[in-house]
Amino acid sequence: MPTLEIRALSAAYGPVRSLRDIDLDVPPGAITAVLGGNGAGKTTLLRALSRTLRFHGGTATGTVRFDGHPLERLRPDRIVAAGIVQVPEGRQVFARMTVADNLRAGALGAPGGRRAAAEALDRVHELFPVLARRAHQSAGLLSGGEQQMLAMGRALMARPRLLLLDEPSLGLAPLMAQRIADTVREINASGTSVLLVEQNAAIALRLATTAYVLEVGEVTLHGPADELAASDEVRRRYLGVVDEAAAADADRAAGTAVRALSRWSA
Amino acid sequence: MTTFIELLLGGLSIGAVYALIALGFVVIFKATEVVNFAHASLLLAGGYVTAVLHDDIGFWPALAAGIAGAAAVGSAVEFLVIRRYRGSDHSVLAIVTIGVDILLTTELTRRMGTEVFSLGDPWGDRVLTVGGVTLAQTRVAAFVAAALLITVFLLAFRFTSWGVSMRAAAENPRTAALMGIRLGRVSLAAWAIAGALAAVAALFLTVFPTPGLERATSLAALKAFPAAILGGLDSTTGALAGGLIVGVTESLATGYQSDLSFLGRGIGDLAPYLVMVIVLLIRPAGLLGTKEPARV
Ligand SMILES: Nc1ncnc2c1ncn2[C@@H]1O[C@H](COP(=O)(O)OP(=O)(O)OP(=O)(O)O)[C@@H](O)[C@H]1O
Ligand SMILES: [Mg+2]
Repeated sequence: MPTLEIRALSAAYGPVRSLRDIDLDVPPGAITAVLGGNGAGKTTLLRALSRTLRFHGGTATGTVRFDGHPLERLRPDRIVAAGIVQVPEGRQVFARMTVADNLRAGALGAPGGRRAAAEALDRVHELFPVLARRAHQSAGLLSGGEQQMLAMGRALMARPRLLLLDEPSLGLAPLMAQRIADTVREINASGTSVLLVEQNAAIALRLATTAYVLEVGEVTLHGPADELAASDEVRRRYLGVVDEAAAADADRAAGTAVRALSRWSA
Repeated sequence: MTTFIELLLGGLSIGAVYALIALGFVVIFKATEVVNFAHASLLLAGGYVTAVLHDDIGFWPALAAGIAGAAAVGSAVEFLVIRRYRGSDHSVLAIVTIGVDILLTTELTRRMGTEVFSLGDPWGDRVLTVGGVTLAQTRVAAFVAAALLITVFLLAFRFTSWGVSMRAAAENPRTAALMGIRLGRVSLAAWAIAGALAAVAALFLTVFPTPGLERATSLAALKAFPAAILGGLDSTTGALAGGLIVGVTESLATGYQSDLSFLGRGIGDLAPYLVMVIVLLIRPAGLLGTKEPARV
């Protein structure tokens, strides 16, 4: 049984439909990637899972089950307590608070007392030693890469069983992006399932076991990550591999009409 | 010189009381981005509860009841009114609080009539004389109580989990929600605390040398607005500084009124607003504020 089971999930911001009938599974212990261009609905998907869409003026319908328990009526704090924590796009650290207080804030929604929080803090400091060194500095003074580490460390303070990551490599230099990727793998290796949203398909497909491609609110492709990485369609559109013959093949093989449309409105 | 010291100490004392009110005002603004124009009526409610109860149950229990009552009224306003409007424009919410203020003040003044209530405080009109400087005991009590409460508040804000959740929600509510911080609770707590602080302030605004709790008390409470604004609407320490500045300015301007007669009578009441205008001309976000107050 999959850890997270999403069925017929749709979401809208007022009249603007952003997700349409999404079916998606996140198996336990694995990294699952969601790829898609700007406005594809990746962030909306994560907001629907963390039940924070309404803070952005959105609503969702459909079912989401986590280990068999329905999530779609829960408050955001119950989602965190159930073990699902979202790291928002653009890091969103509390810039005016210290690094230590940011981490403390991350533990507020977690079950378990001080002991658990202290253990989580040790673990976060082990993963990101820089956060221990900068503990008493304002989070706003950290570099972009360090802020991403803080955003992830803050989420880990709640000891999630499923971590939702929204474009962790956004705006980072390749070296830092690679370091973040290594850390994601390490977090996953210690038993946390990961749903990774990325525009950087190269990184995401290397990390993930399965992947989904989202276009204008719909899942257009999904399968094992290595198969997707090898597919011409993905290579051409998300990995930036230009291969005229392969491109032509792909267009012929798939219904071109839908894709042409999505390319225009993406 | 003695006069100056007396005026200064008196100003610091009343300023600390203004700071209590301004602090509650700032806490609500930080937690919910709402400019609470109903603040004076929370204060009046707290004072009224203490005033009607102290004869029967004694001063201290009555004060506790007043604090609890104002906290309850604050929570009720949040729960019944502000929460329903969550997500709407902050200027709409500010106007909604004006409506709440009119409602509460009308009901309270109807009950109070023209009577002047004593709150039954134990200090009466006794004075304290140290080295030729004379100060009413109520002023000393006001300063000590306000300083204590403000210290406890600031420490809690800085060090407790409650403080962390409050600051996180104030800085970025959507992200705070992702940590499992309950925004509704944060907002409810802010309104309750603001009410409680206002009830304590009500006591010290109405003790000697003021005649007692009356309709006009809410006007005195209004002086906390310039205090909060000149300190910076979103700064707790700013509220403290603003309160003290307003208190001292008011006290000195009133005390030296005869020397300032070229400015006309009543300069004491005007001075806080003059200071506010001057500060805002130089620093539009207030002394310690980070956001433009104009955003509301
Ligand atoms: N708060 C909002 N109000 C209205 N519409 C929104 C809101 N947030 C997103 N949308 C719309 O929903 C659609 C999906 O947006 P979403 O942010 O989920 O895309 P995304 O895949 O995360 O894009 P990006 O890669 O740029 O972050 C877009 O058309 C966007 O304009
Ligand atoms: Mg996004």
